[in-house]
Amino acid sequence: MEGRVRHISLSLAVLLLGCFGLIPAVSFAAEPMSIDTEQVIQPRVERRQITVPQIKSEDFEVGLFGGIMSVEDFGANPVFSVRAAYHISEDFFAEAAIGQTKTTKSSYERLSGAAQLITSDERLLRYYSLSLGYNLLPGEAFVGGKYAFNTALYIIGGIGDTHFAGSDRFTINLGSGYRFLATDWLAIHAALTDHLFDMDLFGSTKTTNNLEISLGATIFF
Amino acid sequence: MRPAVLLFISQCLLSGLVYAAEQYRVVQVADPYIELRTGAGRGYPVFLVVERGETITLLKRKTDWFKVRTRKNQEGWVNLKQLQQTLSATGETTRFAETTISDYLRYRWELGVTGGDYGGAREISMYGARRLADHLSAQLTLSQALGSYSSSLSAKLALAAYPFTHWRVSPFFAMGTGVVSTHPRTSLVQASDHTDQFATVGIGAQTYLTRRFVFRIEYNDYIVFSATNANDSNKEIHEWKAGFAIFL
Repeated sequence: MEGRVRHISLSLAVLLLGCFGLIPAVSFAAEPMSIDTEQVIQPRVERRQITVPQIKSEDFEVGLFGGIMSVEDFGANPVFSVRAAYHISEDFFAEAAIGQTKTTKSSYERLSGAAQLITSDERLLRYYSLSLGYNLLPGEAFVGGKYAFNTALYIIGGIGDTHFAGSDRFTINLGSGYRFLATDWLAIHAALTDHLFDMDLFGSTKTTNNLEISLGATIFF
Repeated sequence: MRPAVLLFISQCLLSGLVYAAEQYRVVQVADPYIELRTGAGRGYPVFLVVERGETITLLKRKTDWFKVRTRKNQEGWVNLKQLQQTLSATGETTRFAETTISDYLRYRWELGVTGGDYGGAREISMYGARRLADHLSAQLTLSQALGSYSSSLSAKLALAAYPFTHWRVSPFFAMGTGVVSTHPRTSLVQASDHTDQFATVGIGAQTYLTRRFVFRIEYNDYIVFSATNANDSNKEIHEWKAGFAIFL
């Protein structure tokens, strides 16, 4: 009895194998993988990348400067300037500056008495400059035992124009300065800038060094 | 009336302050640790380390440095690179904008300064460019040329085509027009100021240096319509210049 059941079930199994084993093999070639490719549940995973635009950045710096500017042959006089900088990285910044000083009589004019080389309006020196600065020595200043302030010694150089004695003069400016950050947004500067331009007022053309030493306060925003 | 106005103003200010306070973003540190420095620069000493899992408040940013406040109210500066892996309070990945060459390839604004030679005179230029399409930008240039006999100020509006923006050195071709105002040096020549229109074509190239920097060199040929009568001829001026730009 048992042997017959086993025989039937075995032959059924062979038959089933023959049918389902061969037929799918044929249909497999015709229609590859039509079953099991559709998922019952479609996972809805949305990957979110969040950018953070709301953090206030303080890369711009604007400030007022005042000091003394020595214009070769025309005395050392008070100078005022406005400077704006954009900090490109922790090392580099770009700076634009405009400034003016009222020069006084040259030694020649003083000694000769009445001779006037330039008119009163032409004595006003106005300059602008576009420069690139580099924070050479960033560091800290320690005031007392409790306070530390961030500072930087920077070097700066650029080109610009100086309007003086009735003419525009191509100017190269080179300088260095010390930035003392009283707070994150307020800085005190001490800067020394040399404005190099050609003068032809005394006959021959010569290159002049015109030093400006100034103190300033700037804000970051 | 006046107290009401004052109250209104103070309320506005207060709400502004509250709003500002809410603007700060709180993030969770994802790196094994982040280093807090005393200043916004790699040379400043590390005075505190915040471990993974702790929350910090982002206060402000200076170039690539973030000022953060810890839960114990200690404040310091963290570099962008260390914060890139941090997670926001809800566990999602936070990404900060670090400027790379890919940003350069899709920048919109460019501001630059160049120096060069304009028909024998030394020239200083400032320009601003706005990208109109992938390969086209509009440029406004203000220049001052300082020569031995005259100085001039000019404004130029040009269209520039950048056919190969993905090249390391990307060439461009420009056409434009504008006005130039020439001021002869009074001490040398007896002539009056004059303003003329000009047309220009140019060729140049620019290359991405690093971060926000672009180096640029260009040559332009100007035809200045200075002829006043049939016997007079227009002036042709060659201009060479090079400089740096930053893109935003």
